[in-house]
Amino acid sequence: MELVTPGIGLIFWQLVTFIIVLFLLSKFAWKPIMNALHERETSIENALSAAEKAKLEMQGLKAENEKLLAEARMERDKILKEASDAGNALIETAKQKANEEGSRMIAQARESIENEKRAAITEVKNMAAVLSVDIAERILRKELSNPQAQQELAKDYIKEVTLN
Amino acid sequence: MKKLFILLFSFLTISANAVAAEGGEFKPGDMITHHIADDYTWHFADGVVLYLPVILIDNGQPQVFSSSNFYNENHELVPYNGYVLDHGHIYRADASGQPAADQSSLLDFSITKNVASLFISVALLLVVFFTIAGSYAKGKGRAPKGIQSFFEPIIIFIRDEIAKANIGPKYERYMPYLLTIFFFIWFNNLLGLMPGGANLTGNIAVTLVLATMTLLITVFSGNKSYWSHIFATPGVPTWLAPIMIPVELIGILTKPFSLMVRLFANITAGHIIILSLFSLIFIFESIFVAPLSVAFAIFMFFLELFVALLQAYIFTLLSAMYFGGAVEEHDHVGDHGHGDGAH
Repeated sequence: MELVTPGIGLIFWQLVTFIIVLFLLSKFAWKPIMNALHERETSIENALSAAEKAKLEMQGLKAENEKLLAEARMERDKILKEASDAGNALIETAKQKANEEGSRMIAQARESIENEKRAAITEVKNMAAVLSVDIAERILRKELSNPQAQQELAKDYIKEVTLN
Repeated sequence: MKKLFILLFSFLTISANAVAAEGGEFKPGDMITHHIADDYTWHFADGVVLYLPVILIDNGQPQVFSSSNFYNENHELVPYNGYVLDHGHIYRADASGQPAADQSSLLDFSITKNVASLFISVALLLVVFFTIAGSYAKGKGRAPKGIQSFFEPIIIFIRDEIAKANIGPKYERYMPYLLTIFFFIWFNNLLGLMPGGANLTGNIAVTLVLATMTLLITVFSGNKSYWSHIFATPGVPTWLAPIMIPVELIGILTKPFSLMVRLFANITAGHIIILSLFSLIFIFESIFVAPLSVAFAIFMFFLELFVALLQAYIFTLLSAMYFGGAVEEHDHVGDHGHGDGAH
């Protein structure tokens, strides 16, 4: 019975002490501790979510970079292709032009050769005519230098004329 | 544990009777009662005694003197200044030095062994938790260090597993009380296990105050639905009210009563078992019993270390559950048949 009979003195001291301790600990220990714990938990949570966000952002950036790179590569290929096409076309045109020019020049040369030839032939012809007339004159002069010959000729002509 | 206790105790009583029949001097019952009861002196070891102050209120007149006045040079009890110390209590003495018949309006507020132990434990609590609060202020937002990292998981456990789980969204209001009782009970349980320590949490006055605090907080934080469950339990016919209301009112009191008895009985029982085991050596008056007694006592001591934590946890958990019941918002639709009776 002694054990289960609460003593007034201990009840009093326990009550007073406990209330004081409860007050002191609440104000100077539990409040700052709970606040600090809460603050730290919030900050950790924030940090974690920020890291997650940064990770997602990084992933987005990486994807974007890759896209840009692919685009640049495509652009480069296109430009190269275009350039080579243009070069080919240029070469082709130049070739064609050269060919055309060549054949034109050849045609021109041929024409002028023909002309020269014709002119030369004409000259030769003229020369031949002059020469033959000359020769004929000389021959005539020689033939007619003596009177006998002149007579003979005249006779020939007369004969011919008579005959005709 | 209870069974073991009963077994050991019956064994002990039989042996004690046997020894008493032989005319032995050692009385284990008296020794144990003396160890677990309160005292006006703090007996650390033979010859190392701290005489604590006696504070009496006699008819409104305060009387303060040292308890050493009750002892003469031969450590025998003597009356002093009209008061006498008899069987651990101070009484008004009559002319022959015996407790007088009239003891009315004599109040004893002495700083007994338990009160002194209470002050020491409270000082320890304040030092420990002020230090921890200081390190939180110093290392703001950083990982805990030293003693702080030992107590932080416990504080978080009380917050998350006891308060949040049982009280709900309004848990924050009750955190200071729950943390204080948890550490108060745990520290005092452990201090009580120290050699020479006082059996503070195994004293019914201490557990009475703690349980009353829980009762008062529960009653004052009871919301409309808590009281409506007591005075008009849903799903119970009105004509049963004369039975239900007293039953529910008794229910309010039985909860803290169980808290009070549970803590007191568990801690006291632990002390009794360990002391009984040591008593066996003296009962048998044989050194050969000692190894067995010591082995059992060591086992019990480890068990008591666990019980010290467990009882602090249970007291805190049940307090949190009672608070939770008081602040819970009941959904009355479909809530018939399981009101507060579930607790």
